Amino acid sequence: MNKVVANADDAVRDIPSGATLMLGGFGLCGIPENCIASLVKQGTKDLTCISNNAGVDGFGIGLLLENKQVKKMISSYVGENAEFERQLLSGELEVELVPQGTLATRCMATGYGMPAVFLQAGYGTEVAEGKEVREFNGKNYLMEMAFDSDYAIVKAWKGDKMGNLIFKDTARNFNPLMAMAGKITIAEVEELVEPGELDPNHIHTPGIYVHRIFQGTSYEKRIEQRTVRQRK
Amino acid sequence: MPLNKEQIAKRIAQELQDGFYVNLGIGIPTLVANYIPQGVNVVLQSENGLLGMGPFPFAGEEDADLINAGKQTITTLPDSAFFDSAMSFGMIRAGKVDLTVLGAMEVSENGDIANWKIPNKMVKGMGGAMDLVAAAKNIIVAMQHTNPKGESKLLPKCSLPLTGVNCVRKIVSDLGVFDVTADGFVCLEYAPGVTLDEIKAKTAGKLTIAADVKEMAV
Repeated sequence: MNKVVANADDAVRDIPSGATLMLGGFGLCGIPENCIASLVKQGTKDLTCISNNAGVDGFGIGLLLENKQVKKMISSYVGENAEFERQLLSGELEVELVPQGTLATRCMATGYGMPAVFLQAGYGTEVAEGKEVREFNGKNYLMEMAFDSDYAIVKAWKGDKMGNLIFKDTARNFNPLMAMAGKITIAEVEELVEPGELDPNHIHTPGIYVHRIFQGTSYEKRIEQRTVRQRK
Repeated sequence: MPLNKEQIAKRIAQELQDGFYVNLGIGIPTLVANYIPQGVNVVLQSENGLLGMGPFPFAGEEDADLINAGKQTITTLPDSAFFDSAMSFGMIRAGKVDLTVLGAMEVSENGDIANWKIPNKMVKGMGGAMDLVAAAKNIIVAMQHTNPKGESKLLPKCSLPLTGVNCVRKIVSDLGVFDVTADGFVCLEYAPGVTLDEIKAKTAGKLTIAADVKEMAV
């Protein structure tokens, strides 16, 4: 069993135009920077991207949007990306806006082998349009479907060569959920180690879910809102 | 004088009770953390995956992997815990979070809220707002009473696409504090220097004044 690939180019090379991808991260926190850069370089087109945000102008998935490589975004928040909002309002880009918890839970459902889940979020709003409503204990729930995603691309802090992953701080966010949900899951990690070097008690994502893994390079880890306090 | 943002946050902070788990939205709600009353211990939840949100870091100690839902750099506390986004909304959905504070563009007299989209003009997306309003036991809205044109944001019916239905229970605006009841908005407090006539004139939805209405202490 060999899951280790040399670099991001090798990891994403077989992703065809028209593929559906999950991309981990919240804002720019915990995004797979290396794989996004390789997809931009490779020029893969007509992608459907499932990701909470779409990066910012000039970084993260924002690079794929500027390069017109994205056909459809499935996201919960557009706020920080002017190009995303522009393509959405002009109709150039197909966008499905999904409540953040619904997005996470639909990823989870995929990874747990459940076809659908019943969630309250969005009941009575335009998110509910066309969805089956079921009442449980006097409350109304929308039937939300699991995702069907060809690839999931995630970023972890540490991983071993069997694909076991550990995430750091709030860079965990959607990454472990998406890692479970890709037909093929690609993990880029800051530190790739030999099996046995990670404590099995601390693994967030067991390697069974991970098909390809490599150690990324040159992480920029941009901060969107650098906020500090003064020393007294 | 209508309240400024800090005063709105300060008034909302008076609603916090010891032991509460609290989710604060982006904008004015975030400021509530600066005014937690002495002796009241609350745990702040950040829906990107953190319980026990600490203060902003000192300059030079920012960590790109440690942010809040507003994408601001933050710190942890000794009792902090990290988790993934499904668990984060799981605890919200299961009613573990005691209080949610968020902003709004419009609130209707039956408690509907709109805060994520202006058709053909602005789409921010709902982020976690739809999940929070659908599930939270207790929602306080922090908002300006009128829009920049001076039009009421407390309406008989929301005109913008909804975030949630019949979910807002309390509003703290720059003009006062209001319960949202089966009988519409009820004014409980008015900001210092704001008259009830001004509140009536700037509230388009059904409004009654509580018998024991009083001046807000901020």
